[in-house]
Amino acid sequence: MEILLAIMIGILYATGIYMMLRRSLVKLIIGIILLGNGANLLIFFLGRITKGAPPIIPGDAKVFSEAFADPVPQALILTAIVISFGLQSFAIVLVKRAHTVVRTDDLDEMNATDEDS
Amino acid sequence: MRTTIILKTASNYLLPVLLVFSVFILLRGHYLPGGGFVGGLIAAIAFILHAFANGLPNTKELLVIHPGFLIPLGLSISFLSGLAPVLFTDLPFMTGLWSHDPVAILGSVGSALFFDIGVYLVVVGVTLTIIFTISESA
Amino acid sequence: MLTAILTGFLFSIFLVFAGKFFKGKLSLLASIIPLGLFLYFTQFILPVSNGEVFLKTYQWIPSFGVDLGFKLDGLSLLFSLLITGIGFLVFFYTSSYLKGHEYLDRFYGYLASFMGAMLGLVLSDNMITLFVFWELTSISSFFLIGFNNTNPASRKSALTALGITGIGGLFLLAGALLLNTMTGTYSISEMLSMQDAITGHEFYFLAVLFIFGAAFTKSAQFPFHFWLPGAMKAPTPVSTYLHSATMVKAGVYLLMRFTPVLGGEDLWNISLIAVGGVTMLYSAIHTLFRTDLKGILAYSTISALGILVFLTGLGTQEAFLAAAVFIIVHALYKATLFLVTGIIDHQTHTRDVTRLAGLNKIMLPVGIAGILAAISSAGIPPTIGFLGKELTYEATLHSEMLAIILIIAIVITKILLLYAGFVAGIKPFTGKLPQEHENVKKPGFILWFPPVLLAILGIVFGVAPFIIESSLVKPVVEAMGADASEIHLALWHGFNLVFILSLITIATGIALYFFVKPSAKLESKAARFDNISPESLLVRFNKVFIDISYFWTGFFQNGYLRNYISIIILFLVVLVGYILFGNTNFVIDYHSLSRLTIYEIGTTLILIGGIFYTVFTQSRLSAVVGMGVVGLAICLIFVIYSAPDLAMTQFSIDTLTVILFVLVLYKLPKYLKLSDYKTRVRDGILSSIFGILITTLALEVLAEPVNKNVSEFYAQNAYLEAHGKNVVNVILVDFRGADTLIEISVLSIAAVGVFGLMKLRLKMADRKRYQDK
Repeated sequence: MEILLAIMIGILYATGIYMMLRRSLVKLIIGIILLGNGANLLIFFLGRITKGAPPIIPGDAKVFSEAFADPVPQALILTAIVISFGLQSFAIVLVKRAHTVVRTDDLDEMNATDEDS
Repeated sequence: MRTTIILKTASNYLLPVLLVFSVFILLRGHYLPGGGFVGGLIAAIAFILHAFANGLPNTKELLVIHPGFLIPLGLSISFLSGLAPVLFTDLPFMTGLWSHDPVAILGSVGSALFFDIGVYLVVVGVTLTIIFTISESA
Repeated sequence: MLTAILTGFLFSIFLVFAGKFFKGKLSLLASIIPLGLFLYFTQFILPVSNGEVFLKTYQWIPSFGVDLGFKLDGLSLLFSLLITGIGFLVFFYTSSYLKGHEYLDRFYGYLASFMGAMLGLVLSDNMITLFVFWELTSISSFFLIGFNNTNPASRKSALTALGITGIGGLFLLAGALLLNTMTGTYSISEMLSMQDAITGHEFYFLAVLFIFGAAFTKSAQFPFHFWLPGAMKAPTPVSTYLHSATMVKAGVYLLMRFTPVLGGEDLWNISLIAVGGVTMLYSAIHTLFRTDLKGILAYSTISALGILVFLTGLGTQEAFLAAAVFIIVHALYKATLFLVTGIIDHQTHTRDVTRLAGLNKIMLPVGIAGILAAISSAGIPPTIGFLGKELTYEATLHSEMLAIILIIAIVITKILLLYAGFVAGIKPFTGKLPQEHENVKKPGFILWFPPVLLAILGIVFGVAPFIIESSLVKPVVEAMGADASEIHLALWHGFNLVFILSLITIATGIALYFFVKPSAKLESKAARFDNISPESLLVRFNKVFIDISYFWTGFFQNGYLRNYISIIILFLVVLVGYILFGNTNFVIDYHSLSRLTIYEIGTTLILIGGIFYTVFTQSRLSAVVGMGVVGLAICLIFVIYSAPDLAMTQFSIDTLTVILFVLVLYKLPKYLKLSDYKTRVRDGILSSIFGILITTLALEVLAEPVNKNVSEFYAQNAYLEAHGKNVVNVILVDFRGADTLIEISVLSIAAVGVFGLMKLRLKMADRKRYQDK
């Protein structure tokens, strides 16, 4: 299964980058989201995967007695997911704003850094 | 926005149910899956559902204050819960303080719980601010 | 000692606030500071001449061995006295020279901070502090050269000087780091005791090269000399102080300081003799072709610096003695000549030596100073210049190699320097006063006093060399690692070969002065060689450099986002791929992998389907739906692999993202296909390779052993310490609570950003302008 997961991560990265390389603004955002998902999964994957053993101390026990899933990557990803929502919404709003101002969807036409050039 | 009568009616009942559920998720977070982040998101979804069914102005009226004000409120609660050990005892910032006897339902009550409540409020505030702002100006 | 160094800096900071009070008559008060410091340093003369060395160390970065270490020995003392002594006269002189100047306070500020930096440089006993002060002198020199900042030529010269000396500073830093690698210390005194460890080390050659790079750029040695004539754009007090008496000698100081450590080897000696020799001859010949007084003085200064480097390279006790004396000689007469030139410039508004004559009728004291300095520079008895020249000749004659060639070179140099000194110090004051200068006013006391004092000192030291013998000269020779007990300075050395050489020098030089008159014609002749001078080579090199950087920037920073991304990804792929495929063996332990179930296959299929649907669909709405599916599939993965918290969060966020997209979807631009087929294929290949790389990388990491200490700690202490059983939540709100606090702050900032962007009312003008395009 690990191999399958690794391939999925690769696909997420590849499609994310592919979408970011497009000239359309909306595709850029979709690319960022896909890439973000891929990154989350990668972190999760690198913490090793465990089936059926969530990092929750069972019932009356005070410490773990059996194997458990690694909680650290989970904690990292949890905040990452929430923050990526903030990032996505900001990106969407930025795109929308840019679209209303410059009236173009083509990233290639947004290549000037100075207002007068 | 065109909505069916079913959704409209259902959302009126769903809002309190979902809110209670979100608080439940928040409070049980220390022992079982859940916590401030998820709880906050569920509460935000509850309000957004209500807004879809009844229109944004109604939801805002229901909320009384702008959801944006929840952000500083939540941040302050989180920060103060971290500061509490510094103020009350001589422990360093963010040290957990705990009640001696477990409280019914909640289990041990401590500064971490208040921290999580702060997170909950920030998440609700942020999510609602973003969605409301966008749907207003979109 | 630290206080003494800081005084200059503190005064310049003080001037920032109180500058306006120092613009008028009070400006004379500024000279109290160098005078006070001079007196402070004089009290060390006696103990230092008795062989005492003052060390003072303040801790700065002890973990790196970088301390504020200061050492006062003979060499430092001589330089400190020069810095403060000439500094005093220059401060004094400036108050009249730049009287009423709009930025006089600024000028004093720069001068004072330069003085502080220069004192720091010569007193530092730590390579890093030495480097810091070294750079500070370059920076203050930059400000002083560019003081007339409305003049483009000044600004250009300032930049050139900063560029050359700044590069030298980097060499010094590199040298310091290398020496630290070799000795394990930054302290110069400690290095002095480790000569064997250094000269025998494999990095010795490199270290010497770096120290040379620093010294030669700072002391304007060929081929880095050209910044110094340019630096003469600065007001004359600056030329006197920085570019003749003190700062340019920092390179010589560095060489002298490291002679006991790095010296004694052929590499060191021969390079110094060669570079110093070429410099002194080359620039002495240049003086023949100049008509600007300051230009003549600039080249003769470079020549003098060459002599000092040359003497340091000879490496004998006699040579060190000659160098020590020559530093004093040169400081006295060259400062005088510069100050005299400044007065002439100030009163007559010209420095063209062909138009100057007979000024002694107007400014007699200045004329006396000029003539005295000229004969000191010529080495005519009874000046100290004579002493310096005799010692130089003697040291050269006793050289172990090529004594004949070297003596010819030094004699020619001295002849030309005599000529230069005469042109600068005597020519303007003899002959018939031209009509244009008849109405020139007499300079005031503040102007003529400093050069006269310096010129008289030149005679006094010459007549009575015992004044400086044991107090200044001997400690310097000792600091350079030679035995100084036998030294005895005297004006009359007896009638010997050296004396004959002196006579030849003086006679030829005076003849030269009478036969060769500086003229514009000669100057233009020399200008023909400008094309191949190091300066124009550098300028051309710079131009190529700038062109390359324009091309480079234009190529990479072209404003197309996808190009940036492609380049970054390509670079990453090549770099990581190279390491990965070079160093790893692709073995996957199939037994360690978990078993495949039908749920996992199902999830995978959903995920892959969702991804490709998102990417290849033609409509925005379908893309959003596809993304929702992808999010839910990831949610399923979290469920399968025991991450319930993640699954819940992912589910909620996925819902919200879809809502968000749907809300703004119809306000977003249409889903256009802008790229052509070829580009899409190219991007597809690039991103596929990147995906494969990530997959390989992930699988490779899986084969490595994993360290779970942190997770174990959190898991074991979650309930015992933090009273929680959901470890993920405990980490978030308790163990790593501070991180979470910052994360919700970031989230808040995102919300504020969204709110601000949407509610911001766009100005109509902006909107219109963009629409016009």
